[in-house]
Amino acid sequence: MFPFSFEWIWDVGHMVFMGGLWYALTILGLGMTYCILKAVVDTMHGKGGQHH
Amino acid sequence: MDSALIPDGVKRCSFGKFALGIIIAGGVLLWGVYAMLLIWLKGLNQTNMNDYYGFALWIWADLGVIALGGGAFFIGLLRYVIGKDELKNIINYAVLIGFICYSSALLILAIDVGQPLRSWFIFWHANIHSMLTEVAFCLSCYFAVLTIEYIPLILENRQINKVPFFHNLAHNMHEVMVIFAATGAFLSFFHQGSLGGTPAVLYGRPFAFREGVFIWPWTFFLFTWSAAAYGPCFTLFVTRLTEKITGKKLVKQNVIDLLAKISGWMMGTYIIAKIIDTWYWATVTATASGFNLIDFYSNNPFYGIWILIAEIVVCGIVPALILLTPKGRSNSTLLFTAVLLACIGVLLNRWVMVLQVMAAPVMTFENWVMYIPSWQEVATTILPVAYGVILVMISFRYLPIFPQERELNS
Amino acid sequence: MKEEGKHKKAKKYGMVINLDECTGCGACMVACMAENNVPFKEDESNKLDSIAWMRVYKLTNGKSYPEADICYLPRPCMHCEGEHGHSPCVSVCPATATDYNHETGIVSQIYTRCFGCRYCMAACPYHARYFNWWDPVWPEGSTKYLSPNVSPRMRGVVEKCSFCFHRYQLAMDKAFLEGRTVLEEDEYQTSCTQACPAGAITFGDLNNPEHKVHQLAKPDNKHGGRPGNPNVFRLLERLGTNPKVYYMSSREWVRQAGDNYLDNEDFAKNYRH
Repeated sequence: MFPFSFEWIWDVGHMVFMGGLWYALTILGLGMTYCILKAVVDTMHGKGGQHH
Repeated sequence: MDSALIPDGVKRCSFGKFALGIIIAGGVLLWGVYAMLLIWLKGLNQTNMNDYYGFALWIWADLGVIALGGGAFFIGLLRYVIGKDELKNIINYAVLIGFICYSSALLILAIDVGQPLRSWFIFWHANIHSMLTEVAFCLSCYFAVLTIEYIPLILENRQINKVPFFHNLAHNMHEVMVIFAATGAFLSFFHQGSLGGTPAVLYGRPFAFREGVFIWPWTFFLFTWSAAAYGPCFTLFVTRLTEKITGKKLVKQNVIDLLAKISGWMMGTYIIAKIIDTWYWATVTATASGFNLIDFYSNNPFYGIWILIAEIVVCGIVPALILLTPKGRSNSTLLFTAVLLACIGVLLNRWVMVLQVMAAPVMTFENWVMYIPSWQEVATTILPVAYGVILVMISFRYLPIFPQERELNS
Repeated sequence: MKEEGKHKKAKKYGMVINLDECTGCGACMVACMAENNVPFKEDESNKLDSIAWMRVYKLTNGKSYPEADICYLPRPCMHCEGEHGHSPCVSVCPATATDYNHETGIVSQIYTRCFGCRYCMAACPYHARYFNWWDPVWPEGSTKYLSPNVSPRMRGVVEKCSFCFHRYQLAMDKAFLEGRTVLEEDEYQTSCTQACPAGAITFGDLNNPEHKVHQLAKPDNKHGGRPGNPNVFRLLERLGTNPKVYYMSSREWVRQAGDNYLDNEDFAKNYRH
């Protein structure tokens, strides 16, 4: 899973396959971080009162 | 009692009735949990699996719920990426059903492995050549996507939404949902496909083995295609079932019609591809290993040629034709029959690709081996159904799942 | 000089089992269980969930007297090579818990890494892989007789014949201490081979022309190890699993029972490919 695991090999298979996994995890992680941070900022600006 | 939690402008049954429903489903759930604990504590000797049936009821259930839950990714793709805006009226329910299906699949997998505490090895010591590794990666990532898609729905509960932070979070998540939905579609393509590849790469099992392109056997594409075709049918089936149980119209006919039509086209094209695959496998791939098609469907008490006909004709061509005709889609009974047949069809396909693969002998001096699951296996397979019913009941009662409900029942 | 040349070439350990000599006595099964600490149940009558790394099958030609004939077929793990080590089970294991060793051609199983998904069992057409459905329970006192060279397995993992790999390791250790890098043929033999009273099992390096297995099987490495001896065959040759266990019989029906053939296929023609 990680390049420091002893079974890791820098071949095309590992790069494409693991690259896909990390790519997906990064998108999900960054997406959620953005949503949460923006929600914090929005809330601090007083958005999202009783009605939307 | 809980009226403050119920969405504005909709009617729900009394709390007592709701609680009774939860208790009944909860009883079934507890039965499943008991069986699950038995298996975790005593081991897989609690099942009727054996060395000929390393894969059995649970793997079928996994493949089955993932195919049925495919509605979430495909409707998400149609709604957010392709832009079929009407589907926003059914996407919430598709997400919820998908969430239930995928969490169930993960739970069943956790029960199914011999050493559940080592499950993380599949990530840590991943063998990138294994279809199961790809399944595990995409399945867990896609479950994260479904959770992300389900969260805003929870946040839209009347009381939770009053909290500004949650309101803003739900709003922001909706804003970027297209990215999550696209990632979900990408992940789904691969894990649905990998599940198709799981039996098809077994070149020691001529019943399962399929040729293909590059590293992907043909069933890789067939499984993705069938999940996209049949998954929305399960969404439609559960929607119709919910409407019948609650006595309410929840989704407008034009939305149902659009989804049914798309499903019909997907199913029709899928069935053509499936017939070509079956024909090629029967006449080229299997014969190269010394097997005739009929060898896989004879000399045993259960797996006759009927299963192939049931899957392709009765539960494939027939529902596809119904869904492709405007009359079929507008007739409530016909539509319900079609989506029900479709769900059975995809479950039958997954059954065959798991159980029949194990049952059919390969060495000439062996015989067919039949298998009947133990009650523990059955209980743990019903467990997710009970859990699903409970989650649907709670979500339907407290969350604004159906945007058109208020208008349709005013 | 000759020694060095041999060393460079990868070994490919394999077996030739002479089915005309096998009496079906089961000594190979017993020896294997004792050697490899194979767990057993109190009631072993259900063969679908009991472990036998080496299993003896009984084959019949289906004819009635006087043409009736039987054959016993011992089946260890075939240690399939597939194409370039892409054996059916190794390629599917999601956690890299089974491995194809290119130095010896032996397919290993790492018990402490296996998490029991059983995909490898689904992949193996020979049913050579077994799952530990129960915790191993050894009758009181018998733990003293377990082999210290083979780790017993825990519940929930898959196990299978290892061609007594620990014996290979011990032999290599001994050779190393003696300053050698190459093993003599008799230095590494599996327990089933040694236990067979009829001498039906021959074990050795299929790549080494001096070893008896090579001389018996005459494997054609250019064509996936296909046997060159007309009386030798492999189980399910047509699937392309490229197994390293060869069977030998002078009886055609026995050789034919090794694989599946369509009704309209001429066995003799197909067998010779």
